[in-house]
Formats: sequence, structure tokens, C-alpha cells
Amino acid sequence: MRKIAIYGKGGIGKSTTTQNTVAGLAEMGRKVMIVGCDPKADSTRLILGGLHQDTVLDTLRAEGEDVDLEDIRQFGYKNTICVESGGPEPGVGCAGRGIITSINLLEQLGAYADKEALDYVFYDVLGDVVCGGFAMPIREGKAEEIYIVVSGEMMAMYAANNICKGIVKFAQAGGVRLGGLICNSRKVDKEADLIQALADKLGTQMIHFVPRDNMVQKAEIYRKTVIDYEPTHPQADEYRQLATKIENNKMFIIPKPLETQELEDLLMKYGFMD
Amino acid sequence: MNQNTTISPEEIKDELLRSYPAKVAKKRAKQIIINSVDKATDEVPEIMANVRTIPGILTMRGCSYAGCRGVVLGPTRDILQITHGPIGCGFYAWLTRRNQTKPATDKDENFMTYSMSTDMTENEIIFGGEKKLKAAIEEAISIFHPKAIGIFATCPVGLIGDDIHAVAREMESLHPEVNIFGFSCEGYRGVSQSAGHHVANNKVFTDVVGLNDTVKEGKYKINLLGEYNIGGDAFELDRIFEKCGITVVSTFSGNSTYDDFTRAHTADLNLVMCHRSINYLAEMMEKKYGLPWFKVNFIGAYDTAKSLRKIGEYFGDKELKDKIEKVIAEEMIVVEEIKKDVTTRTTGKTAMLFVGGSRAHHYQELFKEMGMKTISAGYEFAHRDDYEGRKVLPTVKIDADSRNIEELKVSADPEKFKERKKASELDSLKANKNMEMNDYIGMMPEMDENTLIIDDLNHHEAEVLIEKYKPDIFCAGIKEKYVVQKSGVPVKQLHSYDYSGPYAGFVGAVNFYKEIDRMVNSKVWKYVKAPWEKETQLAATYACD
Repeated sequence: MRKIAIYGKGGIGKSTTTQNTVAGLAEMGRKVMIVGCDPKADSTRLILGGLHQDTVLDTLRAEGEDVDLEDIRQFGYKNTICVESGGPEPGVGCAGRGIITSINLLEQLGAYADKEALDYVFYDVLGDVVCGGFAMPIREGKAEEIYIVVSGEMMAMYAANNICKGIVKFAQAGGVRLGGLICNSRKVDKEADLIQALADKLGTQMIHFVPRDNMVQKAEIYRKTVIDYEPTHPQADEYRQLATKIENNKMFIIPKPLETQELEDLLMKYGFMD
Repeated sequence: MNQNTTISPEEIKDELLRSYPAKVAKKRAKQIIINSVDKATDEVPEIMANVRTIPGILTMRGCSYAGCRGVVLGPTRDILQITHGPIGCGFYAWLTRRNQTKPATDKDENFMTYSMSTDMTENEIIFGGEKKLKAAIEEAISIFHPKAIGIFATCPVGLIGDDIHAVAREMESLHPEVNIFGFSCEGYRGVSQSAGHHVANNKVFTDVVGLNDTVKEGKYKINLLGEYNIGGDAFELDRIFEKCGITVVSTFSGNSTYDDFTRAHTADLNLVMCHRSINYLAEMMEKKYGLPWFKVNFIGAYDTAKSLRKIGEYFGDKELKDKIEKVIAEEMIVVEEIKKDVTTRTTGKTAMLFVGGSRAHHYQELFKEMGMKTISAGYEFAHRDDYEGRKVLPTVKIDADSRNIEELKVSADPEKFKERKKASELDSLKANKNMEMNDYIGMMPEMDENTLIIDDLNHHEAEVLIEKYKPDIFCAGIKEKYVVQKSGVPVKQLHSYDYSGPYAGFVGAVNFYKEIDRMVNSKVWKYVKAPWEKETQLAATYACD
């Protein structure tokens, strides 16, 4: 079983990219579980064809300690298993602690057990690594591979670099490694060159460049991944390629985060060349 | 045990610092001071105090919540106190200081026998605990119908951002007959329990004091601040005041009630016992209501007499002064008799005191009366003014930790401010050095030359002191007690008095003489052999800084 966490700046398209890629893996016959680690609980909407109704924390709150795996798991596209951690309403309590609790509960209930015969677990994590709770999937070997979704926009690259700092911290203590950057294009000039250069500096790869296409939006409106909604569309092939590249990926490294100045130099070099 | 008199305080200081890494030693050196007093000016060397404990050091300190809930508000009986936090915080702040209380009748409220907590669990940490807090307040009101409810914040409350003050306002609007207020005393605030004292003072001042203008019957009306009725101390002081014809409007907070707090501003004088924990309230009450304050010490028979005479001097009334003298004369008969006997066995014995923010100073008086010498002392959580005197206040550095605690801006109340003394009268009282009007001289000026003053003592240093000085008695708290006793030195807990007391006033002095006589002359300690005295020890030094 490969344990993968997807990080990236808020709004960059982590959930969309994750689910579209997972659809590619599921199409290849892989058994995948997605664990949404965002209090909004919208990381599995495209796979399930609608919002997950029973988050781990809501169920825990309603049922007490007496929770069954089936209370919190739902099955979506090609039997992909979907779990949403859930969390408090905005501005209340501690969402980070919630993620720790729900991952512990999943382990305790045997969601990762051999008999589940999972090929992949994907953790879709909210925003930047903001506190200990959101770092949970990369602590203690919960996730072993990290992919960072990034675009050529400056703040997205800052966030990617920060996440790398978090990975370095936990890589030294555990086994977590960076598998690559996924460029989710915003149609910024020379975007592929820029992200490739960032990947080189970090010591990793740009595993795939996902072009921007309105089909993704359209499929989302119908609560579907592109592969599910329009399997023959070229964008579906992009996600199939990304899925295959992840399946075959052998490049797992401890990143070398950039100093702020280096990052800005990079932007100057590629961003304003015209 | 015989004191080792050949070793100099400089050598001891070197020894204390030797096993620290260089950076730690540099900081600790500023907190370990060899006393020297300029007799003309009371100038003493500067000591570093109220700074963070270095991680890894086994400190004697407590947390901000302990200072607020445990120390200042704990001894008051009819403010229903709810700890908003995990159950341990509530449980371990519950009556551990042996604060006693005596409701007037069986029907009067006393909540001190309860420990109330919201029992926060994982669920509240994740989803927020405000709902559970509201439910707890509802439940408390329906069962107990209290006049007032205090909510005390623990660490997780601050981390997850529960707004206890908003909850207090909301619940008070639903139950206008109950005064509900919250204390932001999260344990991690400040560097020690001292921060919690300040938080407690602020809230009691803004939300409780001054609510009731009914003046208590009595000619000489005082408040006693910073007296927590450990082992019944406040009962003994009440007895003395009554005998002298002095009326106590409110004690903060030993054997106190909410109603007493609300009309404390109608008294004419504030007496400050524990300067560290309550000086904020004294200062703020003076500015807002016009009550002058001065420092008293009712620990030790002679200091009790001295403090009573100060009260007589302040009111300036012959009738009161005569009565005070009569009481002192009466009370001292027994004191002198016991003292004469006890000192035959205690004279020349040595003591060390590492406790509190005032106690390490106050109890030196009692030891002095017994002919005993304090060879080293220090506070757990005091500030520079408690060591060096309030004259250093303008030069005390305000660091980020202190800034986290709100400093209230107080001005005279347009209706309730009342001048107690004319400016000229106050000036002449202030000119009298013995009165310490609005002042505190501090511990160090009253200690001998070459004694060691150590702030925020730790276990390693305590062990070195005991080994080198071999004191006859060590005064500290529960965390130190058994470690010290294992090296054959008796320990008197000054946070709880172990199982005895009162030690304040005249009766208290007699109790203390007898208790210390028994402890320092008991043979049992001479038979204690610690394991490390029988076997060779492993020793190591730091290879680098």
C-alpha cells in the first residue's frame, strides 16, 4: 500500500487534482482510499457524486466511542473508498487536533488493514502546513509520499517551498519523501519552465504539467471527475498520464527548500523575461 | 547539624553554577546574589527575577492558572468557581493550600468543598468548549443559585480560542441576578503563577469591588489584602483585630465572601500582607477609591505588634493606640514565656526559605524571634520589587511576558472616590519610614550581609545548598519536601503548613515556635542515610557549552 499526501496552497486545486488522479488509478483497477483532511469535508465530492454525509468527527460526536468503519466510509467511483475527517465550524475549536483524532480512529478501526487490500491511500490536506494537526499525515509514517500541487503564481510557489520545509523536518525523523510537484496550470507565462526550475532547485521533479481546461469545471458542476464525466476528452488523458506517472514514480527525495531571496530570483528570471 | 561556617558565599555560588552550560550559568548568576546592604540608603545589589525558567531545570514554580484560581480566588467561599478545562487542572487546584473558611451559619453558602470543572475532553478541544461551559453554568445556577460565578481558563482554552468572557456576558444576560465573570489565566501566560495573581486582581477589581456601597459598622475599617487563611491564619488575625476594635471589611481572600469583596472600597485602609500577589489591587483601589495602603507582616509576634502599631499610627487615634498597646501587652505574656523556653534549644540554628513571593521574607521574622539565622532565601515567583523594594519599580524592565498581562488604566471614580487623609497628613505618614506608606522595603534590605539570595531555586541548587550549608530546617513546598527530607533535613511547607497552623499573629507565633523546636531538635533526621551516601555516584560534566 502506498500512502500519499497531497499538499499545496489553498485554492490551488488539490481536491480536484487528487480526485481526478484517483479516478485514473481506479480506472487502472487500483483500490484507493481518499481521506479528506479539511473541515469543509469536500475532498471526495467528485468521487462520490455529492458531499460525504458522515464525517469521522461528526459520527464520533453522535455515536460516542462506538463507531464502526462502515459508519464513516462511503464508496464512490469504481469502488473508491471515501472518508472525510470533518471538523469544527470556522472560528471554533481546533481542526488540527480533529485530524489527529480521525486518523487515529481510522487506524484503530482497521481502515488500513491488510484485508482491505488497498493499493493507495490519498490524504487531501487543507492549505499550507499551518500547525501540528495538519502535519499529522506526514508524521509517524502516516503518509510516505508527498506531492505538492503548485502553479506559476508567486504565492503558490511560496507555499510549496514552505511545505518542503515541513517535509524536511519530518523526513529526518521518519520516512516521508517528496515525490514531485504537480503543476496545475494557471496559464502564467513560461509556467512549465518556472515550475521545472523550482523542482530542480528543490531537488525534485515536475511530475506532470496539468493544462488548464474548462472541462474540469464543467465536470465539477456535475459532481464528477473528468474521467467519469467525459472519458474521451483530452483532459481525461492528462489525469490518466499523471496517475500512471505516480504509479511508476521512483524519485523520492528529501527536498532542499529555497531561501526567500532564491525564490524571488527564480521568479525574476522566468516571470518577467519579456 | 552544624552549619559549615568556613565556606564563603562566593564559593557556594561558584559551586551552584559549575555544572551548568555556559549560557545557563550566565543567566543563573544574575539570579543568585550575595547580599550586601547599604545601611544608610537600603540599597542592595540588583537581582534578576520574574524571568522565564530555563527548560530542563526542575523549577519550584507553578502556572498562571494556579496563581489565579488556586491562590487568589481559591480561598473565597461563595463565588462558585468553574474551571474551564481538562479535569486535572480543576482537581489539583482544589484546596491544596489548606485555606480554611467559616460560614456564619450552616445555611450560608460554601462552595470550597466542591471542585467544579467543565471536564474538557477531545471533543471540546476539536469542536470548541463554549457550549459545554454554558451548560455547566446553567447546571451550577440551577443547583446552587450562587451570587457570583468565576470562570477560570486553562491552557487549551487559550489555544482553541474559546471566548470565556463572551460566554460570561451571555449567561449573565440570561441570569441577571448572578454576577458572572471570566479570568484569562491560561497556565502558559507569564513566567509563573505571578501572572495569574495579576489576572485575578484585575478581574476582581473591575467586576466585583465597588458594587455595594453599604458601609460596614465600625470605627476603624480596614481590608486585609494577601492573607489566604492557610491553617486558620485569618481566624487568628480576626481575633486580634476584634480585640483591638478594628473592623475588617474584607479579607482578600482568606475566609472571605463575595459580599465583603463588593463593599471593600468602603473601608478606610488597605493592609497588604503578600505584596506580590495583591499589590495591584491595593494600588488600583487607592487610585479609584482613595484608600491608602501600607505593607504589614503578621508573621512573627514582634512584627504583628509592629503592624498593629502602624494601624494605630495611621488612624492617629489615642483610644485605638492605647487599646492596641493593651492587646500587645496581654498577648506577649504567653509569647515571651514560650519563646524563653524554646530559644534555649533553637538559638543558633539555621534556616533556609525558598517559597512564595512574600513568605520567604515574612517567616524570617519568626526564625529571628527564635534566635535562628536565615542563611539563604529566595522567592519562587516574586519580582525585583519584592527583593529590592518598590523603589526599583521605575527601573524594572517590562518584557514580552509581562506585556501579555493586561495593565489596567485606573482613574479616580467621580462618585465613589473619597479622600481618607488630607495631603499633608499623608505626606507626614509617608515621611515616617517605619510606616512604609504605599511602599514595601523588600526582603534583601532586611537580610544579613553575605546571605545568599536565590530567585527561582531549582532541585540541583537546593541539593548543593543543603550539602554545603547543612541547614537545620528548610522551608518550601510539597515538590521539594521529600527530596530535601531524604538528605536528612526537615522541611516545613509554607504553602500549606503541612498539617498545622495557624502561624500568623500571636497564637500563630507560639504554634510556630513549638513546631520548629520539635522539628529542628528531633533526632529522627540524624538517622537518615540517603542511597547516594552509601554508594558511589556517577558524575559527568558538559563536554561543550
